[in-house]
Amino acid sequence: MSKWVINENLCKGCGICIARCPLKILAFADHLTSKGVHPAAMTDEAKCTSCAICARSCPDVAIEIYKEEK
Amino acid sequence: MKKIFSRPESMSKKPFHYCPGCDHGVIHRLIAEVIDELEIKNRTIGVAPVGCSVFAYDYFDVDFNQAPHGRAPAVATGIKRVRPDSIVFTYQGDGDLAAIGTAEIIHAANRGENITAVFINNAIYGMTGGQMAPTSLIGMKTQTSPYGRDAATAGHPIHMCEMIATLESPVYVTRVTINNPANLMKTKKALLNAFTLQKEGKGFSFVEVVSTCPTNWGKKPTDAHKWLTENMLPVFKLGTFKDTQGVEKS
Ligand SMILES: Cc1ncc(C[n+]2csc(CCOP(=O)(O)OP(=O)(O)O)c2C)c(N)n1
Ligand code: SF4
Ligand code: SF4
Ligand code: SF4
Ligand SMILES: [Mg+2]
Repeated sequence: MSKWVINENLCKGCGICIARCPLKILAFADHLTSKGVHPAAMTDEAKCTSCAICARSCPDVAIEIYKEEK
Repeated sequence: MKKIFSRPESMSKKPFHYCPGCDHGVIHRLIAEVIDELEIKNRTIGVAPVGCSVFAYDYFDVDFNQAPHGRAPAVATGIKRVRPDSIVFTYQGDGDLAAIGTAEIIHAANRGENITAVFINNAIYGMTGGQMAPTSLIGMKTQTSPYGRDAATAGHPIHMCEMIATLESPVYVTRVTINNPANLMKTKKALLNAFTLQKEGKGFSFVEVVSTCPTNWGKKPTDAHKWLTENMLPVFKLGTFKDTQGVEKS
C-alpha cells in the first residue's frame, strides 16, 4: 500500500501540493484526467516522510497520506 | 500502514465547484476538521452566504442554511436563539460581509451573539467576476476599478477585525491566512479556538482568513499566495485583536 494516495477525479492540477512538498518529490503526471488536467503524481515515494503538507495544502482534499508502522 | 491524513467526517463526498487553487476548499476542510475534533457534528448548523461559497451547504455533512446576501449573521442569530444547544457558524466573503452585509455583522457582534463568524477576505467579488470589494487594495485593478482602486472616490480597504474589536461584546477577534503550511495550522487553531468558545457559551467570535481568488486576480494558483503575502498582508495585518477569555494562552 502507498503512503501517498491521490483521487485523480478530485485533482484540479493547481500545483500547490507540488510547490509545497519540502522534498520536491511531486510533479504533474503526463496523462490527462477526465477533467482535462495533468494531476499531481508521486515521483519518489521512498523519500516521502508522510508529513502531509501536500495533503493539508490541497484545496480539493484530493490526497490521502499513510505512514509505515514501526 | 497508519492513516495520517484523509477527508474529515464532517465533509460530504461532493467535489468542490471552486476554481483550481481557490482557498475556499482548504478553509472548508479546516472547519470540518474542527467540527470533527470537537465532536459537534450532530449539533452544528452552518449558514452559507451569497458568493462563491453559496453552495457550502453541499460540502459539509452538517445541517446548513443559506442566507440572502449579507444576512448570514442575522439568520445565525435566529437559529442560535431558538436552538441554543446548537453550534452555529457563518461563512461569508468580503462582498457579502463587508459590503451588503455590514450592518448584520456589526450588530451580531455588538449583541455578542454566541456564534462563530468566519470571514473569507479575498479582496474581491469572486462569484460575479471580479468587481471591487470594500477590502480591495489601493491601486488594485478590478472589473469596476480598471485604473486601480482610488481612495479619493472608493475609500480605503475596510479592516473588519479592527472595527469589530472596538466593540464591547465580542470575545475573540483574529486575522489569519493559509499562505504557507505554518500559517495554515495557525488558521486551524484559530477556528478551533472560535468554535470552542462558542461551545463553552462564551460569546461572539470572528475569524478573518486573508484568502486568494486566483481566477479574478489573474494569477496562477501557485503565484496567488505569494501575491497575497506581498500585497495583502502589509494592509491586513495578521494577529489577534481581541481575546477576552485568553483562549490563545490556554
Ligand atoms: C441582493 C444581491 N445583490 C447582489 C448580488 C450579486 N452578487 C452575488 S455574489 C456577490 C459578491 C460576492 O463576493 P464575496 O462575498 O466577496 O464572495 P467571493 O465570491 O469572493 O467568495 C454579489 C455582489 C446578489 N446575488 N444579491
Ligand atoms: S507527505 Fe510530505 S514528503 Fe510526502 S509528498 Fe507530501 S509533502 Fe512531500
Ligand atoms: S493541490 Fe490538490 S488539486 Fe492541486 S495539484 Fe495537488 S492534488 Fe491536485
Ligand atoms: S472566482 Fe475566486 S473565490 Fe470564486 S471559486 Fe474562483 S478562485 Fe475561488
Ligand atoms: Mg470575495
